[in-house]
Amino acid sequence: MFFASVRLTVYTLVILAVTSIIGTVILQNGSPQQYVNLYGQGLYNLIQVLQIDDMYHAWWYLLLLLLLCINIVVCSVERLSKTWKIIFPDKIKVNPKRFLSAKNKESFETEKDLEPLCAEYEALLSKRIGKVIRQEAEGSVVLYAEKGRWTRLGVYVVHASVILLLAGALIGALFGFKASLRLDEGETADTVFDSKTRMPIKLPFAIQCNEFEVRFYDTGAPEEFRSNLTVIEGGQESFTRDIRVNQPLRYKGINVFQSSYGTASPNEAVFQITDNITQDVITQTIKKGQAVDLPGNMGTFKFEGFLPHFDFRGHNLGEAFFGRMTLAEGKNFQIGLPTKFPTFDKMRKGRFTVVVKDFDQAYYTGLQVTKDPGVWYVYAGFIFMIVGCWVTFFISHQSVCIGLETSMSNAGSTSGPVRVWVAGKANRNAHGMTLKIRKLATILKDI
Amino acid sequence: MNSSLLLSAATFIYALASVFYIGSFSFKKQVLAKLGFWVIVIGFIANTSGILLRWMESYQMGYGHAPFSNMYESLVFFSWTVAALYIFVEIKYRESIIGVFVSPLIFLAIAYASFDPSISSKISPLIPALKSNWLIAHVITCFLGYAGFALAFGFSFIYFVKPRDPNATSIFAKLPDWEIIDELTYQMIVFGFLFLTIGIITGSVWANSAWGKYWSWDPKETWSLITWFIYAIFLHLRLMRGWHGAKLALVSIFGFFCVLFTYFGVNYLLSGLHSYG
Repeated sequence: MFFASVRLTVYTLVILAVTSIIGTVILQNGSPQQYVNLYGQGLYNLIQVLQIDDMYHAWWYLLLLLLLCINIVVCSVERLSKTWKIIFPDKIKVNPKRFLSAKNKESFETEKDLEPLCAEYEALLSKRIGKVIRQEAEGSVVLYAEKGRWTRLGVYVVHASVILLLAGALIGALFGFKASLRLDEGETADTVFDSKTRMPIKLPFAIQCNEFEVRFYDTGAPEEFRSNLTVIEGGQESFTRDIRVNQPLRYKGINVFQSSYGTASPNEAVFQITDNITQDVITQTIKKGQAVDLPGNMGTFKFEGFLPHFDFRGHNLGEAFFGRMTLAEGKNFQIGLPTKFPTFDKMRKGRFTVVVKDFDQAYYTGLQVTKDPGVWYVYAGFIFMIVGCWVTFFISHQSVCIGLETSMSNAGSTSGPVRVWVAGKANRNAHGMTLKIRKLATILKDI
Repeated sequence: MNSSLLLSAATFIYALASVFYIGSFSFKKQVLAKLGFWVIVIGFIANTSGILLRWMESYQMGYGHAPFSNMYESLVFFSWTVAALYIFVEIKYRESIIGVFVSPLIFLAIAYASFDPSISSKISPLIPALKSNWLIAHVITCFLGYAGFALAFGFSFIYFVKPRDPNATSIFAKLPDWEIIDELTYQMIVFGFLFLTIGIITGSVWANSAWGKYWSWDPKETWSLITWFIYAIFLHLRLMRGWHGAKLALVSIFGFFCVLFTYFGVNYLLSGLHSYG
């Protein structure tokens, strides 16, 4: 049957490995313009048809994952139905012949009597391996013990974990979301916007940003980003907490992560306006949108707003205030006041020069807001995968057989030395078994 | 005494160990291999103390973090894990000759850390994204995985140099039995696979607590998954399709190139979240 072949598994894994490279080389989730610039219109058409701009969610990639899942399920069911009898036998059958040909077989002779020797070996075997099965024939005894039969199930646990992981990812994709939220200090919001679709999503509570703080090391590298958030439910403050990178807020199935920050526009600032002819100076705090009279009632200056990146003749001068000067003679024009260059407005060489004297630096915090009801399935898958791999690769189904033989005398009684052999079988790690048998043989000799 | 000095010393001691191993191989002198093993142990002690001292120095500088935060520190730790795993394997299997293929790897990683001018050995403070207890668990497990694959890579070469004829007298005839080589390569890959799996999982859980997404198809993540696929293929070919010998060794060698690309290539050629190493 097609789906039951391991060859299919290998081919699927090879195709998955090879195609996964594409998304690490070709830009993912870019804008149409970016693709046309990078690869040209012709290739962009191909990229669109094969959804290579979001290839890990493309129909053909998901189809490959589905194929892998079907393959895993069919293979596992088929194999498990065959090995079920081996893993859960009605009665364990001992076949000493299987051990006689084992490569790790060790033999020796001893002068001790058969019966006491058997008793000691049996005690040792049951202590080291497990319950002993004893078979007797004329003049010979076979002792058999085994452990770890259940470990044959490990591989099915690993395969089930893959299914569980993908199921968890599917649940997350269907019922979860990933959104971003920008909050100025002091601002409150209960609606976030999906990162991909930009659709608004209403949260079961509102988030208020009380404060954002960024700290730097003396090397200039960032040390900590911290937002102080208050959760508000039904108009009531529920609780207040700090979040940092690696310390998110998790509440009612919603996770809030610190992801970025920036400077928010200040609502007021202290401006100094100088009349360069009369040398009159006024210094005044102006609120955003508010206008003040220029010295000598020669017109007005209005504080219009704040730009994070002020573009001046193609140069980015950074954060800047901007305002509008309306002169009594009728002229009116906009001026920019970059905070990094306090004397910038002087270079305009106008009659009035405006300088920003002081303002409270305000920040906004960029939050990532997610909901993922599938994450617990994924985590369960993680645990199953680790445990399953451990059991499959490092614990094996081991069986040990000890044979004791005496030469029969004519009279039917036992006599002479007892010949002892010991051998083991394991479904994994044959070398480990060999070492174990070697060690066991030296112990048996000393008894 | 500072950590840089100790780690430079470790580099030269590992170089000496490689010389002994290769010498023992070329001149068929078992005693040189024995010597090589003890030299590796001494190098490993220097390597260990270097890492611990660097950890302490970072506390003295007021940064206080485990030395797993940049390319230099990760290469030094890579050498450490490969050396640790190799010492374990040599003690367990008592086959010192295989060190010929492993000791140069241990030396090259730590030498690359010290001698590439673009790799800074300065102790720098931890950026906010790395401030997590998952850092230690994630780095240790990933590098144990890499170490397993590195050893498997070294052992895989034996398939291409050892003569098939048991009576051959070339220097490669002294290499261990096919059964042992086969077993060793397999054990190393199984070890690597388990720890790569745990490494990817710890990284995933960490990403979920830092960025809110346990998987975001970042190039480093994707390449680690590609590597995982390759070794999963190796295991299925061996266990289910009965592959063995040189054919399978090629898969192991190819897998290690994927490891190297995941480790270095992604950082130098692609961009993403793992810019620190």
